[in-house]
Amino acid sequence: MNWITNYVRPRINSIFSRRETPENLWQKCDECGSMLFHRELSDNLNVCTNCGHHMAISPRARFGALFDGGVFAEVAVPEPVADPLHFRDQKKYPDRMKAAQKATGEKEAMLVATGEMGRTPIVAAAQDFSFMGGSMGMYVGNAIIAAAQQAVKLKRPLILFSAAGGARMQEGILSLMQMPRTTVAVQMLKEAGLPYIVVLTHPTTGGVTASYAMLGDVHIAEPGALICFAGPRVIEQTIRETLPDGFQRAEYLLDHGMLDRVTPRMQLRDELIAITRMLLGLAPPVKGDLPAPDKTEAAAADPGKAPGPADKPAGDAGENTPK
Amino acid sequence: MTHYLDFEKPLAEIEGKAEELRALARGNAEMDVSDAARALDAKAAALLDDLYKSLTPWRKCQVARHPERPHCRDYIEALFTEFTPLAGDRNFADDHAVMGGLARFDDRPVVVIGHEKGSDTKSRIERNFGMARPEGYRKAIRLMQLADRFNLPVVTLVDTPGAYPGKGAEERGQSEAIARSTETCLRIGVPLVSVIVGEGGSGGAVAFATANRVAMLEHAVYSVITPEGCASILWKDAEKMREAAEAMRLTAQELKKLDVIDAIIPEPRGGAHRDPGAAIAAVGKSIAAMLKDLDGKSRAQLVKDRRAKFLDMGSKGLAA
Repeated sequence: MNWITNYVRPRINSIFSRRETPENLWQKCDECGSMLFHRELSDNLNVCTNCGHHMAISPRARFGALFDGGVFAEVAVPEPVADPLHFRDQKKYPDRMKAAQKATGEKEAMLVATGEMGRTPIVAAAQDFSFMGGSMGMYVGNAIIAAAQQAVKLKRPLILFSAAGGARMQEGILSLMQMPRTTVAVQMLKEAGLPYIVVLTHPTTGGVTASYAMLGDVHIAEPGALICFAGPRVIEQTIRETLPDGFQRAEYLLDHGMLDRVTPRMQLRDELIAITRMLLGLAPPVKGDLPAPDKTEAAAADPGKAPGPADKPAGDAGENTPK
Repeated sequence: MTHYLDFEKPLAEIEGKAEELRALARGNAEMDVSDAARALDAKAAALLDDLYKSLTPWRKCQVARHPERPHCRDYIEALFTEFTPLAGDRNFADDHAVMGGLARFDDRPVVVIGHEKGSDTKSRIERNFGMARPEGYRKAIRLMQLADRFNLPVVTLVDTPGAYPGKGAEERGQSEAIARSTETCLRIGVPLVSVIVGEGGSGGAVAFATANRVAMLEHAVYSVITPEGCASILWKDAEKMREAAEAMRLTAQELKKLDVIDAIIPEPRGGAHRDPGAAIAAVGKSIAAMLKDLDGKSRAQLVKDRRAKFLDMGSKGLAA
């Protein structure tokens, strides 16, 4: 209405917003090659708007979309011994860790959080493929155990998003021992009568598939995800024949009875809400984007960074009206 | 004929010479070569001691894979009585890479399960070189559940390069079968003891070795991936297997330090393949000791003991 709103404020805004402009405004789809505008892509949860190809998504971005109002509280994971084997290949393991931490801004390859999803209190854990291939070492094992313990303590279901190249070789036998360790975590959930839902994302392979990722009450995969024990290259070298199209992809596994469902990422949240609420015997869900359960502006504005107030006492079964 | 490993070449020469001398003497009655032959024998024995005193991790892998090393079948035949193989997973097939069934150990009825690699070309192919398919793990699950129902201890013998990486195996749920087998190991309320007698190859080994007590033969190896596989991923060169074997800490001695295994079973001089009888007897002694150790524990205690063992594992690292 006056020159301050019409002229000064836009100028000030433009100065500030310019600084936030990401370096890469466009990202190329790995599948169809389309150039995708970063905002459109992140609004679509890193699923190509042209061909529907599911690209990797960070655990934080995933949780931001999963939890009501993007608010969640991180669950602390007990710190394992660093570099237990004093492992060194072409690089030292601690150096590789530092590089991965710098590149991702995360401490390790798994994020555990509590919060509400469609007003359903849950514990969620997500593996970060960008952190050393999501590989399972002592930390990931501890994270899954912590997630299960938290779920049992709060009497909530656990939803786990898997993504890993397999075991973390730099932790040698101790990475292999995460197979029984994480299996104990799954047993804790089952004995407590709590749902354990696994969402298998691209890629889920090796010892990860052969332990907690295949022991869910319900297995849902994202379209096109590679899910296997031995990778296709290893198999081709062993049997010396070309593998069929789509071999070991989510749809192939669905056909072979290893999965319950293949669900596109954009529909995943509603489906997870529906399934967990039915398993828990709760009333039908409220659809749509729900605000954070507790209106704390600071936390809602910066969902990933600040631990949110989501870890409040769970609403009772009848509480399903949006606030 | 003895099969010599590459690092045993000098030994092959000495033993070959001693053998030649003896052959010569057999053809010629007047010749007395016993002194010379005995001297060569002593030299060979000293060299063998020397070679096996401090085997590098890669050499241990070679010894663990030695074709003449006693396998599951040999252990079962020698240590168990009334072995009654039970076959099939009740779903698809019987996997010959896994053998198992009812048997008596020191007269006590048990269920014994193990990977069998085979001992000649024909049996190796039949046994798929000890690489199990999902049916093998599902058979093991079935047998463990049987043991659980009838309160019989379970003894597992681990000797596998890994689970079979094949098309059908993947289609029929190799991962799920391994995961369930590990899960069953953790669930059963009966004593479960395991011996890694040769190669403990990755998930294929864990599926049987998630036990209350785990022992390992002195020169056996147990690892998350083969040294060749690790080298090709981390060094981008499968030929760097020596370095990889070193870095991975896959020997019984290192794994004992990490508390991943409970006991090391000594092997006869020159490895189990040089005196299978002695190696088998030592394994028998170890199984008896492990079972005795678990005597009197309730079903709940056995499950708790197993879970606690694995939950605590690795909490100290090598530094401890």
